[in-house]
Amino acid sequence: MLLFNQLQTYLFLALVLFVIGLYGVLARRSLIAILISVELILNAASINFMAFNRFLAPHPAVGQVITLFIMAVAAAEAAIALSIIVAVYRKQKSINVEHATELRG
Amino acid sequence: MNAVSALLTPQTAATAAFVMVIGLTIVGALIAVGARNIFHNVLGLCVSLFGVAGIFLFLNSPFVALMEILIYIGAICIAICFAIMLSEPMYLPPPPRNKVKVLGAAIGAAGIFVFLGLLLKKTQWTAAPERSTDWSVTTIGHYFLTNYALIFELVSLLLLVAMIGAIVTARGGRSKP
Repeated sequence: MLLFNQLQTYLFLALVLFVIGLYGVLARRSLIAILISVELILNAASINFMAFNRFLAPHPAVGQVITLFIMAVAAAEAAIALSIIVAVYRKQKSINVEHATELRG
Repeated sequence: MNAVSALLTPQTAATAAFVMVIGLTIVGALIAVGARNIFHNVLGLCVSLFGVAGIFLFLNSPFVALMEILIYIGAICIAICFAIMLSEPMYLPPPPRNKVKVLGAAIGAAGIFVFLGLLLKKTQWTAAPERSTDWSVTTIGHYFLTNYALIFELVSLLLLVAMIGAIVTARGGRSKP
């Protein structure tokens, strides 16, 4: 059985990518670095969809359609997040999440 | 001679390419998360996304791989570069890391890794009994305009709203010269 013909390989790779992204979200404090980590997590989800699509799904076009939807939503999310980052920087002169505590009571 | 020709089969070549693509993905992701310079993070993300595009090629979907490169690397990474240029100057030294928080994040991520890894190991996946072999872009287009037409329209609306929202959010606080 070839390495790239097994579902498990892809799922494990997606798991590794997801965990790296999760660590980034938890550990980094720059808003941009957190956004980058979120992109990694979304890519892990895409790999999962595509792997199930390749090995299990009855119609192999559906997973591709859903992956394209994920990409569109990721683009919207990135646009919003980046504009918020620019706005936060203009207000706080910093994009460190630990400085953005204005709403704390 | 025999050993060499045994190594040069298409299968070994494909496996070698696959391992390389996996290496690109994971090394890029590690750079994207681990490097302290924010610009190196973006470059690592680009490398990782190229790897993911290669994985999509291995999963029989060249169209999605192209879209991955076009949307993620061509649009999102460039947008992140602009955000870096518009926000914090890079010559400032990054604040020191809090060891406890980094350790906590690592432990949390490792816990999730172990849990999901065990889950992955135990699960038996069963393929659909009848699988069509139609991978073409034409079929994807048909799905977009028939079964998934509503989601397609909603995504278009979402992108429009996101663009307007991004302009409004980023514009606030700017004064006239």
